Amino acid sequence: MKAASPIIKPYYFLIALAWVVFALVLICPLLVVVIEAFSQGIKVFWQACIEPEALSAIKLTLLATIIALIMNVIFGVMAAWCVSKYEFIGKTLLVTLIDLPFSISPIVVGLIYTLLYGSQSIFYNFLIEHHLQVIYAIPGILLVTIFVTLPFVARSLIALMQEQGTQEEEAARLLGANGWQIFWHVTLPNIKWALLHGSVMSTARAMGEFGAVSVVSGHIQGLTNTLPLHIEMLYNEYNMVAAFSISVLLLLMAMLVLVLRKWCEKHLERHPQQKESA
Amino acid sequence: MSFVKQSVIPGFWFGLGYSLIWLTLIVLMPLIALVLYACHIHYDELWRILTNRELFCALKLSLYTAFIAAFSVSILGSLLAWVLVRYRFPGSKLMDVMIDLPFALPTAVAGIALTSLYDQNGFLGSLLPFKVAYTPLGIMIALIFVTLPFVVRTLQPIIKGIPKSIEEAAFSLGANSFQLFLYVLFPALFPAWLTGFSLSMARSLGEYGSIVFISANIPYKTEILPLLIVSKLDQFDYVGATVVSILILLVSFAFLLLINLIQNYVKPNRILWILNRFHPMALFTKDPL
Amino acid sequence: MHKHKLRLKKTITIFSISIGIFAWPFQGFSKDISILNASYDPTRELFRSYNHLFAEYWKAKTGDNLTVYESHGGSGKQARAVIDGMPADVVTLALAGDIDALNRYKPLIDKNWQNRLPAHSTPYTSTIVFLVRKGNPKHIHDWDDLIKSDIQVVTPNPKTSGGARWNFLAAWAYAQNKYGSEDKAYQFVKALYARVPIMDTSARGSTLSFVQRGLGDVLISWENEAYMAKKEEKSNSFEIITPSISILTEPSVAVVDSIVDHRGSREVATAYLQYLYSDPAQRLIAQNYYRPCNPAIVMEFRDKFPSLTLMTIDKTFGGWKRVKDKFFSDNGIFDKIIREIRY
Repeated sequence: MKAASPIIKPYYFLIALAWVVFALVLICPLLVVVIEAFSQGIKVFWQACIEPEALSAIKLTLLATIIALIMNVIFGVMAAWCVSKYEFIGKTLLVTLIDLPFSISPIVVGLIYTLLYGSQSIFYNFLIEHHLQVIYAIPGILLVTIFVTLPFVARSLIALMQEQGTQEEEAARLLGANGWQIFWHVTLPNIKWALLHGSVMSTARAMGEFGAVSVVSGHIQGLTNTLPLHIEMLYNEYNMVAAFSISVLLLLMAMLVLVLRKWCEKHLERHPQQKESA
Repeated sequence: MSFVKQSVIPGFWFGLGYSLIWLTLIVLMPLIALVLYACHIHYDELWRILTNRELFCALKLSLYTAFIAAFSVSILGSLLAWVLVRYRFPGSKLMDVMIDLPFALPTAVAGIALTSLYDQNGFLGSLLPFKVAYTPLGIMIALIFVTLPFVVRTLQPIIKGIPKSIEEAAFSLGANSFQLFLYVLFPALFPAWLTGFSLSMARSLGEYGSIVFISANIPYKTEILPLLIVSKLDQFDYVGATVVSILILLVSFAFLLLINLIQNYVKPNRILWILNRFHPMALFTKDPL
Repeated sequence: MHKHKLRLKKTITIFSISIGIFAWPFQGFSKDISILNASYDPTRELFRSYNHLFAEYWKAKTGDNLTVYESHGGSGKQARAVIDGMPADVVTLALAGDIDALNRYKPLIDKNWQNRLPAHSTPYTSTIVFLVRKGNPKHIHDWDDLIKSDIQVVTPNPKTSGGARWNFLAAWAYAQNKYGSEDKAYQFVKALYARVPIMDTSARGSTLSFVQRGLGDVLISWENEAYMAKKEEKSNSFEIITPSISILTEPSVAVVDSIVDHRGSREVATAYLQYLYSDPAQRLIAQNYYRPCNPAIVMEFRDKFPSLTLMTIDKTFGGWKRVKDKFFSDNGIFDKIIREIRY
């Protein structure tokens, strides 16, 4: 028996198998979406994308994604800062809390926000008196989007910053830097790629969230319809082509974001001390 | 002992304060609202809801589809992660980028696409000799689609961390591929594999958007737990919906906890110890690694 | 000291910026002249054209630019959304029972809402018919044909869909009428639901399953929904079968008092519903395959709407409250039927 053969043999077999799995599980469904979208030509596809209701859905989705991103970045940095730079009681609890949204069903997320801000809530009268519309309006959509994307930035930062330790910050402090200076000049340059990576994941997730948003949105066309909800609406109006066209649009946005992510990862790998172990 | 260990780095209270306020506003308050709401429920009513046959059937279906899906996705995901990390081949970059697409695709779109693919007139559905769409099998396929990225992304960094020299060493010592897998890779990958498994299980239990399209949604038969919540809500039954939600939460937390316990106990060297003790390879080889 | 102050200032700035970013979208929503109509699924096409018609009428009458926002979903779900605070000025739901529910937790609407508009607040009615595949290959002509052994019936889940409740009640009314007893009706409906391979969550979902996925041999559906499906599917591959007996479906409309008073939109909201009874609107309704309540307009379109014996919910079942308790509550008749089929 040749020494090299055990390595060579599974090589081709495994790759072929991986391609089969990949094609069956991932490519086929995506292909269905793309083929349906262009089944009546590119013009119909384009029209579906520039229709006013689609545009308002795109705007709302971008708004929700961006606001969720900003809030997640601020929160992620703060949380990662305390978790990675200090030892304190209840740290595990904090990390568990941050991870919690990962394991909660989107429908349950919608339900808990409905219970908190809906007619069952103790705040309900207060909200009504002050003309504050939370669920079935944009704030509700923002809140659930933030909820489902909350862990992403924090997790990718915590993983990296814990590995980096506290020496550089301590040195900077001893040299007389204040908190902001330490953050801007020492910490941020070290974590920027992980920050970008977490942001990308949060963006991807925020764009496609369906279940939770669907519970709190109310599906008001032109006001509270996000892209995923708009797709569902088009599908319900017998407009398969338009529904899949918008899906392709969403896929293209996702692809863009994911390529960006790949690019971040490359940068991460270039700096071996910033290796990620999420 | 003080609450926080002394450190020269400033900003602890500010960071902690912000994090806690934000977590309270976004995560804790709604969850507390749920629990408070559940506290109003009378014991008899709780008993009536929990002993409902429909709930039992939905729970059973959700659990077993999620379990089988999570199990298969761990295997498929390990394969993809391994190939992506270890080999460069035509399309590997594309594959690596596209693995995450289910993550960004609205689950409803995934559901519609999978249904048109696997129903009796669909491209794959018409080729297969058995029914996929509108059966529990269809539910599992949808779950595999949406949870695949979780497993692949959990395993990739771990596989990257296994040096190639270990494999080469094993081969040069005369191990075959199966032994390599059993004694070297399996123990090293097992903890991450469990994490991926539990993540996808937790996600699967709550998945709604893709399932409503591919499942037949018949009560007692193909109705999953999240659909039961929606159906109860649509009948103004907040109490029932709350109870089922808490049930889902408890089941997925119990699961995560269990996995955590297993992970703390089952370390790679322990697995090796078990393997050595029981000699599964003793039939084939004299000296296991 | 100075440093502390500076830090405090920065802290406050960051906090207020983040709160500001977050609170910014809270405003708005009620500044324009707009009303929101919360409706159920199959009325999408009807209200899309009616909103244009009414906006023009309103512009001519008052000079205001009116935007009518629409929200569509399952009837029960929409009612719950309004209960939970969706600011819908008017509700146009699939059944009166769902509008009654608006008084369940908080009095959102006057108890006598049904008497405030003509014809019991029902500007259009419809009925339940069958949609079958081209040429009617399974020879389905009436309800009895649905329980033949080789038939698959598509109907949504009555727990989540208003239309499905009408379907269920139509079958029940037929069997009770024909076989004379509740027991027989029970057996008939049970035999019917044993032939259901998939229960979507909404009437529109079932139509899509039947039309686009090719599931089942017959779809039990609203008359308007069946015509719409036939029209949308240009290939002309479906036929509508009108059974001998069916139920008079009465989708109801109402102004939500608490919301219009809160927003000051009572005038336009009431006009929006009243205009549904005008001749042009009634014609539009008929063109969208609903049966108008104005007999004169029905005569104009009489070739469109075949006549059949229509049972009413009030006379046959004694109103929605009783129907809900008897048939669709937890462990009600529907639950019992499904359980018996399964086990």
